[in-house]
Amino acid sequence: MKEKVITSNKLSRKFGDFVAVDEVTFEVSKGEIFGFLGANGAGKTTAMRMLCGLLAPSSGSATVAGYDVSTQPEMVKKNIGYMSQKFSMYEDLTVKENFLFYGGVYGLKRKAIIERLSMMLGLLNLSHVMNSLVGSLPLGWKQKLSFSLAMLHQPGIIFLDEPTGGVDPITRRQFWDLIYEAAYDGITIFVTTHYMDEAEYCDRVSIMVDGSIKALDSPENLRKTYNAASMDGVFQELARGTSTK
Amino acid sequence: MKPAISIQNLSKSYKEVEALKSISFEVKQGELFGLIGPDGAGKSTLFRILTTLTLADSGIVRVMDMDVVQDFREIRNRIGYMPGRFSLYQDLTVAENLEFFATIFGTTIEENYDLIRDIYVQLEPFKTRPAGKLSGGMKQKLALCCALIHKPEVLFLDEPTTGVDPVSRKEFWQMLKRLKNEGIAILVSTPYMDEAALCDRIALVQKGEILSIASPDTINEAFHGTLVAMKSHRMYELLTTLRNHPKVASCYAFGEFLNAALMDGDEDWQSLEMDIRHKGFDDLVAYETTAGIENVFMQLLSQAEA
Repeated sequence: MKEKVITSNKLSRKFGDFVAVDEVTFEVSKGEIFGFLGANGAGKTTAMRMLCGLLAPSSGSATVAGYDVSTQPEMVKKNIGYMSQKFSMYEDLTVKENFLFYGGVYGLKRKAIIERLSMMLGLLNLSHVMNSLVGSLPLGWKQKLSFSLAMLHQPGIIFLDEPTGGVDPITRRQFWDLIYEAAYDGITIFVTTHYMDEAEYCDRVSIMVDGSIKALDSPENLRKTYNAASMDGVFQELARGTSTK
Repeated sequence: MKPAISIQNLSKSYKEVEALKSISFEVKQGELFGLIGPDGAGKSTLFRILTTLTLADSGIVRVMDMDVVQDFREIRNRIGYMPGRFSLYQDLTVAENLEFFATIFGTTIEENYDLIRDIYVQLEPFKTRPAGKLSGGMKQKLALCCALIHKPEVLFLDEPTTGVDPVSRKEFWQMLKRLKNEGIAILVSTPYMDEAALCDRIALVQKGEILSIASPDTINEAFHGTLVAMKSHRMYELLTTLRNHPKVASCYAFGEFLNAALMDGDEDWQSLEMDIRHKGFDDLVAYETTAGIENVFMQLLSQAEA
């Protein structure tokens, strides 16, 4: 059996009386592309923040990269990469300055950062932007750079929160090429998206509704189970029950 | 009948960046017209000029037969605008926001309630909630209500569904269809290609230029070449194999399948299938497929870049 790098056991989070995440249980294997889907407000971001060690669970437990998210959140953070929905590089710093800054936060040596940055820019065909201000770059390039930045300290797991929102269809697919390559190299990908064609590119997909996981399987099996022609059909069926029929 | 929106040779630059390069098109009254294009294509600039918030460098722009420069006051009373960024008052409740917009347009919620009823009933359970605390889909529905409360003749919606989940997107578009049936002209931008199919006509926009204008039914005629859909259990390897194959011009993932476009003039997709099968993809499924809006857009994008 494949090594489990994320395990979530009845993970829950309440805000006052409101149960944002309700006893969520699942596992993710090493090298898997795991799609984490759900409607707005279903609790995806809250669950993801707990798994990244950014928010303490109310009850239940989870381990990420072998560390407990409640008791060892700092070790979790060191061993994962995270790309947030909101673009988080400094617009008024150059690409190189951003990488030196973030690499420094992770305790990487300057020489190692520059070597790895040069290699990653080469793979993206973006070597010429090393000294460009981040704010001057097109959104699609920024998204690819954010991905590289999240991979800078060579984490075994990477969390991507809606990485392709608003970018053009070619860039969106180039971004998925990066995800495929990383998974091929054994890196585990945990990704949220509102594009249902992208759900098809995942090895397995979970669909969250009102804080709980309503379905979890490969896209192919989900389509069969819900008798749907596409993942969009599956999502429409599950995410708001009968109201859309 | 005069068009709802008429644009002739519109250009706009910000310093050295040409946001719009001499674009021209018309939107008919009662038409649902989609602007499809990536971030940075110039869509928001176009919206700001049409809603009289930014001045063009050159060109003639008319909304309901009124000039966007001379008649800006009158235009503002007769259009509804939903900007790309959520711009309602986050600390006012749902009901207060709506009340506020009704008041500044000199009307009341009751007067035009018919127009917003279908949307507002979904918001009603959250009437007393601050707008900032709504989910993404609900925020967009409230913003649509606020843009509609004065019964505009033309509605401008700048990426109303970006970041909104597929179920809420579908509901939002059902509402647009109903508004269109009320006779309101709608100009809407979106990065989602599935939404484009729901418009009467669409314009594909890239880098300040219109690449193509057509109805969703006829836009696939703009696609050149033979397109093959393929899948296997080893998708990543199949993708790289196809991209490196001499018969293949481009190959991208499209949901469950990959779409490979053959080189110009090559129609023999069966020999490609044989070849790929011989490379060890025993479970290969392949068939010739027709291009959708996204295929067309991607082909036009790569031609524009080349």
